[in-house]
Amino acid sequence: MTDLHPERAAGEAMTELLAGFIQELRQAGLPVSLTENLDAMEAVKHIPLEDREAFKYALAATLVKNNTHWRAFETVFEVYFSLRGSQFRMGDGGDDALAQLLEELEQQEEMQGDGPRNGSGGGESLTPEEIAEMLYKALQRGDDALMRAVARQAVRRFAGMEPGRPVGGTYYLYRTLRNLDLDAVLEKLMNQARQDSPEALSPLEERLEHDEYQSRIDQLKKEIEGEIRRALVADRGVEAMARTLRKPLPEDVDFMHASREEMASLRKAIYPLTRKLAVRLARKRRHGRKGPLDFRNTVRHSLSYGGVPAEPKFKYPRPTKPEIFVIADISGSVASFARFTLHLVYAISGQFSKVRAFVFIDGLDEVTRLFEGIDDIAEAVHRVNTEADVVWVDGHSDYGHAFEVFWQRYGKEISSKTTVMILGDARNNYHASQAWVLKEIEKRARHLYWLNPEPKSYWDTGDSIVGEYANHCDGTFECRNLRQLEKFVDYLA
Amino acid sequence: MPDQTYRFESVAEVREGLRNVDYLSDEGIAGIVYLADRLGKPILVEGPAGTGKTQLAKSVAEMSGARLIRLQCYEGLDESKALFEWNYKKQLLRIQAERGEGNAWEQIEDDIFSDEFLLTRPLLEAITADDPVVLLIDEVDRVEVETEALLLEILSDYQVSIPELGTIVAKQIPLVFLTSNNTRELSEALKRRCLFLHVDYPDLEREKEIVLTKVPDITDSLADQVARIVRSIRQLELKKAPSVSETIDWARTLLLLGIEHVDAETAKATINILLKYQSDITKAVRELDQEHGTIQKASAGK
Repeated sequence: MTDLHPERAAGEAMTELLAGFIQELRQAGLPVSLTENLDAMEAVKHIPLEDREAFKYALAATLVKNNTHWRAFETVFEVYFSLRGSQFRMGDGGDDALAQLLEELEQQEEMQGDGPRNGSGGGESLTPEEIAEMLYKALQRGDDALMRAVARQAVRRFAGMEPGRPVGGTYYLYRTLRNLDLDAVLEKLMNQARQDSPEALSPLEERLEHDEYQSRIDQLKKEIEGEIRRALVADRGVEAMARTLRKPLPEDVDFMHASREEMASLRKAIYPLTRKLAVRLARKRRHGRKGPLDFRNTVRHSLSYGGVPAEPKFKYPRPTKPEIFVIADISGSVASFARFTLHLVYAISGQFSKVRAFVFIDGLDEVTRLFEGIDDIAEAVHRVNTEADVVWVDGHSDYGHAFEVFWQRYGKEISSKTTVMILGDARNNYHASQAWVLKEIEKRARHLYWLNPEPKSYWDTGDSIVGEYANHCDGTFECRNLRQLEKFVDYLA
Repeated sequence: MPDQTYRFESVAEVREGLRNVDYLSDEGIAGIVYLADRLGKPILVEGPAGTGKTQLAKSVAEMSGARLIRLQCYEGLDESKALFEWNYKKQLLRIQAERGEGNAWEQIEDDIFSDEFLLTRPLLEAITADDPVVLLIDEVDRVEVETEALLLEILSDYQVSIPELGTIVAKQIPLVFLTSNNTRELSEALKRRCLFLHVDYPDLEREKEIVLTKVPDITDSLADQVARIVRSIRQLELKKAPSVSETIDWARTLLLLGIEHVDAETAKATINILLKYQSDITKAVRELDQEHGTIQKASAGK
């Protein structure tokens, strides 16, 4: 805390500190404008700097205007200010609680007759068993200070951090968590809860207990993560770590490599986007130009001019409902993209009345009916994965055959109102391309778009033949993250 | 811009004040309200429906003894509904009345474009008010992007330009709250002018406290159970997770039914208060019935 006072006295130091912070934020991809920068400077004047939380909220309120960016902001904040704030030297209370608990444990063991153990208590030389025991107690009590202390011990004991070794935090996190074996701890806690309860737990109670412990474990994980981050920053310095720990913004997360957590936030972000897509397509049809001459109407109006057709009347084109055909590759090579695709298709079909969805690997099947009448997206996706008949020979992608089947079965249903979207990486396993199908589709359909989840530099390498298909498409788009998907939607307008 | 005396002394005071009017804020909420007062900036409150965004504005108005002026946004909102409108009928009457008296046209024109014929709408009203006001612009994500521009002048400079009258500058800077359910991305220009506050579902302790405050007769253990069950239900993937207001409704219902202890049966029987979609209800009931082990297996199987 003491090192902050001189900074407050010299406003310039603060300005510089903030400028550096904002620089970091911008490098992490957060859009921070000049006004927001000024606001932040103004805001921190009104906030007591000792209050780290308030300081963080003040900066967040002025600099981050999108909730999905919060995580990225938080990481940058923690890294950037970790050596400056008071929290770096936090948690003496935690150590006290830890020492107390250790004594307690020892007493217990003495009573059980194990005999005294050679001096622990300093916290440096804890055995894995002791840590496991402490972890268990900490989780059972839900004591914050204790959990923090255990997290620190666990990192010290298990992470095996080596100064200067250039690996990211996730590696250490993984090592620590693997050693703690939290699933087993959870199981143990649940067993204990069952025993402690006077009568058998009802499923509901059991569920509640489980959720309670789960949330404590999640909190512990966060503590461990923070602990590792602090240690890394202390080792390698702020600038280097800010670069390494930078989390991509949700709109930059690669569909192909998204973690489950990222996937969840992506899913939330899809809905506004499909809405936008719907609006775009709807607007297009509204602004349609006038239709051909309406002969009947013109003659009728000519009567008031003595039979002279002075006021020609035109037919207004009937607003056509846009029809969308989505054809998606759900083979293993694009598995996570496919999952995302299905979510996208589901979201789109909520916005349009006429969406038909097809999935393929080497065979092709229509899955529109699987989406109908199901409100629950997870179930819909599950049904697609289990019920759709998409394997023809061996379950390796065969675009050519899939397209052929599509053309045979559904080709006639494509009309000039139809927009066809194909989602896939065009990795055809050296089968015949059957590109003529796309040529035919392009002739009949209003538009034919191809969205490819691979980086552009990989296109047409190996067995990818997207170039051959692209000849017949109105547009081929790299679509690896939300930003690019949004660009595609913008292109439609 | 007029002189500004601050409404609040410290973050703690805001928090305390909000608590006194039965709004339980957390550090973030209180801090940002305090900052908004200090910086004279509007607050953009975003978050899922039913987490107390609108209530925050109401509570702040109540605690500071200010009048709440509310502008409910909707698709098709325009200037004449949000800012001001000329009272055409009255203007016409005036013209007719003056016609016979041989007044010069210029004079009549000056007359009919004066304050007397101006119908103030919420935004203008908030600016011209003499007493302290809190302006709430509710569900701003419902207006079209083009209409958003209408708000920009008032949000950044606290003034309204009326072509016939000139610019009307605020006598005092009102606290402004904008709420959004995030159904669409708001424009950068709007966001830039605001402080951003994301209100999410409260954590277990806070939700329990909220239930205890809002449902005075409830027992501590029942409130605890309610909060826990609601947290569990929120973890399911639902179309619409239960909001705080629905939690409170549910707690009230349980209290009215005289239930002391919530078991799976009562939860299932009253769950339609928490959840509003049939598919969500089916799902939640199914989950509540299941043994925990089977749930884990099911999720591991996916």
